[in-house]
Amino acid sequence: MTPSRTRSPASRAAQRWSPLLAGLRGRPFWAQFGGSVAALIVLSAGFQLISGSFLTLGNLRSVVEAAAVPAIIAAGISFVVIMGAIDLSVEGVMATASMVAALLVANGVNTNHLGVLGILLALAVSLAFGLANGILNALMRMPSLIVTLGMWFIGLGTAAVLFPQRVPQIRDDLLLGVARHGLLGFSLVVYVALVFVASAQAVLSHTTFGRMVYAIGGDEALLASSGLRTRGIKIAAFCVSSLFAGVGGLLLSAQLGSGNANIGNGHLFPAISASVLGGTLLTGGRGGAVQSALGALILEVLNNGLIQIGAGPYTRNIISGAVILTAFAASGVHRRQLLRVVK
Amino acid sequence: MTGTITLRGIRKTYGPVTALETLDLEIRAGEVLGLIGQNGSGKSTLLRILSGLALPDRGEVLLDGRPIVLDSAATARRHGIGMVHQEQSLIPNLSVAENIFLDKAHPAKRHGLCRWSSLNKAARAQLNKLGVDLPTTVPVETLRFSERQQVEFAKVLAIEELVDRPPVILLDEPTSLLTPDEIRALFFQINRLRGRASIVFVSHRLEEVLEISDRVVVLTDGRKVAERASASVDREELYEMMVGRQRAPAATRLRPETRHAPPLLQLEALTSLPHFRNVTFQLGRGEILGIVGVLGSGAEELCRGLFGVLRIDAGRVRFGGEPLKLAAPRAAVQQGIGYLPANRRAEGMLPGRSLTENAVVTFGHQYDWKRCVRNKAREDAAALQWMRRLKVKMDKPSAPIASLSGGNQQKIVLAKWLLAHDLRLLLLDHPSRGLDPGARDELFAVVREQVEQGLSVIFVADTISELIELSDRIIVMRDGEVTAEFDPRSGALPKEEQIVAAMV
Repeated sequence: MTPSRTRSPASRAAQRWSPLLAGLRGRPFWAQFGGSVAALIVLSAGFQLISGSFLTLGNLRSVVEAAAVPAIIAAGISFVVIMGAIDLSVEGVMATASMVAALLVANGVNTNHLGVLGILLALAVSLAFGLANGILNALMRMPSLIVTLGMWFIGLGTAAVLFPQRVPQIRDDLLLGVARHGLLGFSLVVYVALVFVASAQAVLSHTTFGRMVYAIGGDEALLASSGLRTRGIKIAAFCVSSLFAGVGGLLLSAQLGSGNANIGNGHLFPAISASVLGGTLLTGGRGGAVQSALGALILEVLNNGLIQIGAGPYTRNIISGAVILTAFAASGVHRRQLLRVVK
Repeated sequence: MTGTITLRGIRKTYGPVTALETLDLEIRAGEVLGLIGQNGSGKSTLLRILSGLALPDRGEVLLDGRPIVLDSAATARRHGIGMVHQEQSLIPNLSVAENIFLDKAHPAKRHGLCRWSSLNKAARAQLNKLGVDLPTTVPVETLRFSERQQVEFAKVLAIEELVDRPPVILLDEPTSLLTPDEIRALFFQINRLRGRASIVFVSHRLEEVLEISDRVVVLTDGRKVAERASASVDREELYEMMVGRQRAPAATRLRPETRHAPPLLQLEALTSLPHFRNVTFQLGRGEILGIVGVLGSGAEELCRGLFGVLRIDAGRVRFGGEPLKLAAPRAAVQQGIGYLPANRRAEGMLPGRSLTENAVVTFGHQYDWKRCVRNKAREDAAALQWMRRLKVKMDKPSAPIASLSGGNQQKIVLAKWLLAHDLRLLLLDHPSRGLDPGARDELFAVVREQVEQGLSVIFVADTISELIELSDRIIVMRDGEVTAEFDPRSGALPKEEQIVAAMV
């Protein structure tokens, strides 16, 4: 069995014309983004045909706005998923980050006025969650599934405990400004998302840390016997995931204008689904931040389109879940066949 | 700096087992040192110590007379020692270039960012040193085994740029999965590196060790029992030093009465694309049919097809006179077909479980109440009985199977099938892979004994000599088709050249 190594002319052309994208981990363009781009085109065209109002400038803008924060979270969680691990704690981290920030910057319930420092402290708290996840997983050798499940609820609980008598309205201009100000028709949130996704991809593609993240997903046991240290890398990957979740929590708080202990609700499923749609397949070793961000965009197109054609929230849940399973089944066929275990 | 490595009084124990017993050894700069020994003789432990994966309990490792401590693979690498692992140590999803530089500083970092173009160029330079033309950007999982081995070789050889003296390259059974052509290519590489690197060559194939090494060291029970210049010994002598007894001449398999035995298995134009096509043969009761072919010839796949692992596209199979549907391994097992897979670790055994559990996993239910509620005592007794009959060397039946040597693991996998009350056909897929000659002879003896009692065997051989040794009848495959059939019972044994001629 000798897999073909030749590439189609189309992919070669893509490689020539998009050096930036082709440069992502040195792999051909269509192998990485072909599926996602095709899915975006097919879904958009389909919804346009049914509803007739999907492909309008205003609607596309709202799709992108809505996809911005999920894209950040998905890009962050990719680091963990590429390693073959999982991070369930994002919703808890988002909630705590939102509440801490709301209580430390200028707000409606106390006299704090820390400004940028408050935002940084909220991100530091997010980072602490990641650090705890990473330490428990990498040093204490506990499965990430159970570690991050626990941290999820610790995060939710912390946010609820911090919640004061009444809703903490945010009055910090910097934080609110990100959501209120815009550029070229998009709010700054979209640009923040672009920066985070691009940085995440740069780290994955062009640093030793990134390479090790993929290598851990490929075969962690081999790394240890090659004398390479993996623990620090794993801890750092969990930190990235939590930090990005914290950023997502802050951006949502800015859009909402207040701290909220439920701000993360419903963000875990899209984040993991987006990274799966983007090709990480949960088995580790594959995918990337841009792919996951595209996955988030696909989910938002789906969500928006289903609303346009009049599907209710529960129907949307059923369809979203089915789409994830279908995408996973389709893209994973090749991988699963490689597992030639008989025993 | 010459780069001579000296081991002095090395001792290593694992629990009650002594793996190495005060070993002295010198690896001279620029030589190819052959290292042979039976499974469990301490070869692997020695390699682990040299590559920094294990620390000796006592004794020291000297580099040019100065003691060094090899406490991790990274330290060994810094001292210029690298290992080409038998099971390969490449990360499947990373590219060729990434793998070569995985354990080294990135060759082209700017502002902390890695540049793919320079990484690929540096990898190309490393591959050129070996004269190998492989794409640097493809993930290694898409490469063939021999290509991956070349990448692994390049990865280890790149160590020479980290040190200012010849590197030490440890080759752990590098030939066991290669075709004859690929072995030629590997030997060509080794000869190119002779004088430029010290190479420790470990193999169970004594001819190969004699051919490629300057010097041969024989280990037995953790001790060095002989150290000779390769030119001054022959194969039989090595075998004797290694096994501690003379090699019994292979018992002839000529048993005319089986020629008229009723056929057990009849294949008619069996096809599974793209693996094999139009395979037709018969197998009698109590007969051993040997199949040989290079990697990709379809011999291994034929075995897997008969066990129901591969999809069959066309053709008919009759088993014991009845049509046999090759749907799934489950169906094959119910018909009394057993399969000893080539990849023992992944497919043959449950690495984390005990000897007994491994032995009873498939047929233990035969000993249970209504085949459902476990009767552990009866299961254990049956397993133990087979372990004794196969002479498994073990601490206790509850020891983990991973603690055994390869030969003994293989016996447990065999016991798993022999435990069946009604096993009729056993498919042996490269059964001697990773076994030393002594362990292999024992395994073959067990197979012969079972065949005497009526078991039929299909045997995919690793080498032609073992093929001739064990088979009643021989089939040669090439590119998925049967190219020759030999029946040693009807006359003289086929010559190796005849078989090779049909293989390539």
